[in-house]
Amino acid sequence: SVLEEFQMEEFKERCSQCAAVSWGLTDEGKYYCTSCHNVTERSQEVINTDLIPNTQIKALNRGLKKKNNSEKGWDWYVCEGFQNILCQQAEALKNLGIGPELKNDVLHNFWKRYLQKSKQAYCKNPVYTTGRKPTVLEDNRSHSDWASEPELLSDVSCPPFLESGAESQSDIHTRKPFPVSKASQSETSVCSGSLDGVEYSQRKEKGIVKMTVPQTLAFCYLSLLWQREAITLSDLLRFVEEDHIPYINAFQHFPEQMKLYGRDRGIFGIESWPDYEDIYKKTIEVGTFLDLPRFPDITEDCYLHPNILCMKYLMEVNLPDEMHNLTCHVVKMTGMGEVDFLTFDPIAKMAKTVKYDVQAVAIIVVVLKLLFLLDDNLEWSLSNLAEKHNEKNKKDKPWFDFRKWYQIMKKAFDEKKQKWEEARAKYLWKSEKPLYYSFVDKPVAYKKREMVVNLQKQFSTLVDSTATAGKKSPSSFQFNWTEEDTDRTCFHGHSLQGVLKEKGQSLLTKNSLYWLSTQKFCRCYCTHVTTYEESNYSLSYQFILNLFSFLLRIKTSLLHEEVSLVEKKLFEKKYSVTKKKSRSKKARRH
Amino acid sequence: MSDFSEELKGPVTDDEVETSVLTGAGMHFPWLQTYVETVAIGGKRKKDFAQTTSACLSFVQEALLKHQWQQAAEYMYSYFQTLEDSDSYKRQAAPEIIWKLGSEILFYHPKSNVETFNTFADRMKNVGVMNYLKISLQHALYLLHHGMLKDAKRNLSEAETWRHGENTSSRGILINLIQAYKGLLQYYTWSKKKMELSKLDKDDYAYNAVAQDVFNHSWKTSANISALIKIPGVWDPFVKSYVEMLEFYGDRDGAQEVLTNYAYDEKFPSNPNAHIYLYNFLKRQKAPRSKMISVLKILYQIVPSHKLMLEFHTLLRKSEKEEHHKLGLEVLFGVLDFAGCTKNITAWKYLAKCLKKTLMGNHLAWVQDEWNSRKNWWPNFHFSYFWAKSDWKEDTALACEKAFVAGLLLGKGCRYFRYILKQDHQILGKKIKRMKRSVKKYSIVNPRLSY
Repeated sequence: SVLEEFQMEEFKERCSQCAAVSWGLTDEGKYYCTSCHNVTERSQEVINTDLIPNTQIKALNRGLKKKNNSEKGWDWYVCEGFQNILCQQAEALKNLGIGPELKNDVLHNFWKRYLQKSKQAYCKNPVYTTGRKPTVLEDNRSHSDWASEPELLSDVSCPPFLESGAESQSDIHTRKPFPVSKASQSETSVCSGSLDGVEYSQRKEKGIVKMTVPQTLAFCYLSLLWQREAITLSDLLRFVEEDHIPYINAFQHFPEQMKLYGRDRGIFGIESWPDYEDIYKKTIEVGTFLDLPRFPDITEDCYLHPNILCMKYLMEVNLPDEMHNLTCHVVKMTGMGEVDFLTFDPIAKMAKTVKYDVQAVAIIVVVLKLLFLLDDNLEWSLSNLAEKHNEKNKKDKPWFDFRKWYQIMKKAFDEKKQKWEEARAKYLWKSEKPLYYSFVDKPVAYKKREMVVNLQKQFSTLVDSTATAGKKSPSSFQFNWTEEDTDRTCFHGHSLQGVLKEKGQSLLTKNSLYWLSTQKFCRCYCTHVTTYEESNYSLSYQFILNLFSFLLRIKTSLLHEEVSLVEKKLFEKKYSVTKKKSRSKKARRH
Repeated sequence: MSDFSEELKGPVTDDEVETSVLTGAGMHFPWLQTYVETVAIGGKRKKDFAQTTSACLSFVQEALLKHQWQQAAEYMYSYFQTLEDSDSYKRQAAPEIIWKLGSEILFYHPKSNVETFNTFADRMKNVGVMNYLKISLQHALYLLHHGMLKDAKRNLSEAETWRHGENTSSRGILINLIQAYKGLLQYYTWSKKKMELSKLDKDDYAYNAVAQDVFNHSWKTSANISALIKIPGVWDPFVKSYVEMLEFYGDRDGAQEVLTNYAYDEKFPSNPNAHIYLYNFLKRQKAPRSKMISVLKILYQIVPSHKLMLEFHTLLRKSEKEEHHKLGLEVLFGVLDFAGCTKNITAWKYLAKCLKKTLMGNHLAWVQDEWNSRKNWWPNFHFSYFWAKSDWKEDTALACEKAFVAGLLLGKGCRYFRYILKQDHQILGKKIKRMKRSVKKYSIVNPRLSY
């Protein structure tokens, strides 16, 4: 019950002479029974377009070479390319510690559903047959296997059509979702390595979400969300950027015989890292297109719940643990911790999912504003108080000193960002397998590649080998703060006593003022909030936005927008009752 | 600045011509560039590949600037991928950039050596064939720098015979340069042989063999160089060695023709050295004074501070024409306008003499002509109290000459003159007294009194 199952089907008929199921390939590319050496009529073409048992790859390759077909490679469809990438990504996620169900059940089912919804397979009239003659099956007896087409048409929810014995075999080889005539093969191969590359890049069909490489990440994220895994979208995209998840040049891990060129270049060649907002949008798009039911509830014990994410990000940016009480309070007041608010429901009227990570960070920013106002003034005078107090009381739990925190974070952030920029500048985009437009370009592309490799080899001797350490292991944390590190103070245990005051049973923030990040929201129904013009805001606020948006690899304006949305929720009641200034006593109550 | 950028955004998006005018005026707005780029790609986001490779290029350049060869090599490693850029414009520009930066790194990197450089050069020659000749030439210069004359020569010969389809015809001036450098190398060998020859006795048995060698070499060389120096440009070392060989074999007319052409052909860029070479040649040939004056006149217009100007002055002084005498004075003033010449005692001595002679010859107007434009700044530039003190301390003779000039131009009341006068110097005592008398008599300040 794995992806593999619908990717491959073994030739598993019984031998007509000895009734054994143990087939090998002859040099002519025909199946023979390994127990009685009975050679069948089944030739390699069958295998080529139909079944590719993993155990016989070697024999198969030999057979293809003999036919001098290796230049052209297999017949394959664009959707199989995406399927391969999804497999790679799922495998990578598994290596990151995600449970195998994600790959075996969730992603697999999403993908099947996609193929069905987009009419590429598992349906009665696959989209591809429109441009091709339906006579394909008749001119080749060997295609008789496709007579079992009803299998393809079977419902997704039906039990898998293969026994699980195939599980251990490679994910790579995929079953053709539909047959193809040989004539069309030679036509299309002029402009693309895949059978339908040209057609695919021209295809525009209303209401159908077309698969792209960034879309694969939307599938991954949807699956992660379904499984309520402890990976946020920003984590996922960062892992892509850090090369822990195949994305750029994922095609170079396609099987040797899946040749890419021409139009495939535009489909599979990627020269940009994924963009948060783009993938976020695609996720909703795909979720809606697949007509998925409501996702499992995001409850308080889920990683994606704001209370847990806030804790995580407070630790990440070295802020006191005590702030968590305040973030929880804001979450409660705004209703942002509610299951209905948090759970993704694609079939709801307005399908939208929460940007869990951005939202959690925005809540922290709001809390910082509640405590320190961040007007380039109050935070510093509060820091003076804290500094004096800490000097006098060296034994007590220290008060949180915003200035000291800023100094340490600024340094750490600048260093991190510098390293990140350097690493990006050094990123190697080009695949070992160059993509070329046509066979004419092929030698040129390969020569260029070889030249680059040679030059790199030469210059690698000039590089300090210790400087170029291997890639870092994936981690959901980018900063590491420990009590032992004397150079970099860890503020986790610091107290907020200096900025809070008791009043009866409850604690109030000393600061009684607040300013809104956005004064006006658009009155129209567009989702955008007044744009973020950096220079209009205090330096502290700018720093904090920059810090957090760097951690999430998002645009500062996106975070600013989210902060505004949190504020809107937080002060909504106050607004509707009295039109006083944007103060909220409730918010300050502890 | 944000307001300003808002203002400019309009014209940038509406009218691209406007932008080019703005940037073309010698102003540089880094933010403008991004706007222009966004316009060029129709508002689409630039691909990360393009962003990171251009960032990478800046990192290479920065590392080079800071002499961090290792870091530069690290970034270069990644920058090579622009050779595979899908943007054909960038892909075509890449080989040249890579060659320039890469060769710079390999030139300085401690782990690099001639072999590495050779491999790199040979690779780059074949990446974009358009750069073959340029790289060959620079490769040869690198080898020359490392004293590998033979390899350099072989390299140049290879480049000379290089053919590549259509590109062969468009080799242009580069092929001439390559040949000329080859010629220069031959000249070098010739010159060494010539030295050998000069050391040998004419009766020495080896003399004839060496002499023969010298003759053979010159033949090839002159053919190689002469083609280049006919093309407008600055070819100083080539011209110099070519002329030296022509002169050696007695072809004075040929040499003069080359030099005259080099100096006077209007198609050639203005080049002071061309006139200097011609002047030196004429001097060696003992050419008539008037001819030499006319050459130096041009040099005077290009480089009025050139050290040959003092020689020019001498020539003018010796001339019989009055206008030459006037020009002689002008030249001296011109030389001393330059900060680098302020301590040139000869110049001051000449000026002192010349002033006195001019004033004695009743040409007060000539002096005033020159002085009028300088009287605002020379007193502070040359004749301040500070200079008087420091000149006297460093070089009393210079101080005396300057004091005399100061006295003549500014009158006996001027600070510089008074300071020197006050100094009691035994040997110079007489001279100073004489100076005092002359100043009284000839100073241009209040001239009526001197009559």
